[in-house]
Amino acid sequence: MSETSSTSIHGTSRVKRGLAEMLKGGVIMDVIDAEQARIAEDAGAVAVMALERVPADIRAQGGVARMSDPDLIEEIMATVSIPVMAKARIGHFVEAQILQSLGVDYIDESEVLSPADYVNHIDKLPFTVPFVCGATNLGEALRRINEGAAMIRSKGEAGTGDVSEATKHIRTISAEINRLKSMTKDELYVAAKDLQAPYDLVVEIAETGKLPVVLFTAGGVATPADAALMMQLGADGVFVGSGVFKSGNPAARAAAIVKATTFYDDPAVVAEASRGLGEAMVGINVADLPAPHRLAERGW
Amino acid sequence: MAGSAPVVGVLALQGDVREHLAVLRALGADARPVRRPEEISAIDGLVIPGGESSVIDKLARAFGVQQSLRDRIADGMPVYGTCAGLIMLADEIRDAIAGQQSLGGLDVVVRRNAFGTQLDSFETDIAMPELGDEPVHAVFIRAPVVESVGEGVEVIGRLDDGRIVAVEQGPLMGTSFHPEVTGEHRFHARFLQKVADSVASHAR
Repeated sequence: MSETSSTSIHGTSRVKRGLAEMLKGGVIMDVIDAEQARIAEDAGAVAVMALERVPADIRAQGGVARMSDPDLIEEIMATVSIPVMAKARIGHFVEAQILQSLGVDYIDESEVLSPADYVNHIDKLPFTVPFVCGATNLGEALRRINEGAAMIRSKGEAGTGDVSEATKHIRTISAEINRLKSMTKDELYVAAKDLQAPYDLVVEIAETGKLPVVLFTAGGVATPADAALMMQLGADGVFVGSGVFKSGNPAARAAAIVKATTFYDDPAVVAEASRGLGEAMVGINVADLPAPHRLAERGW
Repeated sequence: MAGSAPVVGVLALQGDVREHLAVLRALGADARPVRRPEEISAIDGLVIPGGESSVIDKLARAFGVQQSLRDRIADGMPVYGTCAGLIMLADEIRDAIAGQQSLGGLDVVVRRNAFGTQLDSFETDIAMPELGDEPVHAVFIRAPVVESVGEGVEVIGRLDDGRIVAVEQGPLMGTSFHPEVTGEHRFHARFLQKVADSVASHAR
């Protein structure tokens, strides 16, 4: 780390949240090797998520899913110049320490991996590296922000190619924000209790009408239209996991999802981006998933 | 355009568009997001936001925006770029991704991700007498630096170690850092003055 000035400070909340601000309007793609990382960068991904197995494979193969091998993460970091994110298990602060020491740009404390702690999430504030965390509702998002998350992604249901849960979660978060905006001050105390969220953050949301960090959406996005749907529902950007590299033509699909995310409000562009992409990932309907296999229910 | 208030665009392909719109509007500008060639022909000045320069470049080429922007820059339209926006304005990019292009216009060589990973992102105070006595509180996020400048380029700001992080060349301005996220309005005010001057000179 070069010392640029006697007064320069690293790892502040503004610096951590700031990187997520710069990713807005972009697509973050799951990649499992250097080759996929290069395809994602060439297609216009704004960042990549380095992991050993995409959620669809974690789902298919079962077993405990953990942080990826540092060799794999470093190989991907060496291949691309866009930001590289990597996943740690919920509550596994040592995996997070390892990822920070590798120099990743963002850590995803992710329900896609098997949780390491069924009570506590990682205390994210002492870390220099920023964290993104999943949320299914506003209370969960605010608890994560209170622990130091610098970015939130609505969870959806990873590895399914079924966008319905992603839709539900982003709509829930927006609706709960709107409800806070319409409340009087005395009602906010009860709202904080009901949301199980810190009062100060609840007041801040009621005043500003938005989260204090960037909100991306994730979990089941498989087509350009899915990405545009998430953006029209108010997401700042989109994570695509299995949707790109489990499809027939990953490079074309990745580029098409990038275009649809930027021009989400222009149906002609989204239509053009949707043409001739070959097969989408086959997918699983979330309704067919037995409850214990729903990843979104991990995290609390 | 003459006779009405100048219209300022913020290039809205990817990045922190919202923050720039907020600062420009707080300064009283008629600011709007632009991402189509026809929208670019209707503006008097442009801000290129922070974001991922390789993505902004790709989208600019995919939608015919690159040529429109190059034409407007060649015509002398004021443009201010922060971080990725500075990279887009640079005549030469170092550590670009394969095939990455810039719009050009600023006679500078810029190095992408010059400080390292996000762990090396930082905030600091920088004295910039051009903008007044109050130092600039600057936030650097995976930021570029200007490695060399051509003859017509004025250096506005340097880090303590001498690296160049703010430049100006006629109607073009670029900063490695993000005034739009810290409530620092002086760069945008300076840019809006260039826009006003440019509109006035065209009206004559």
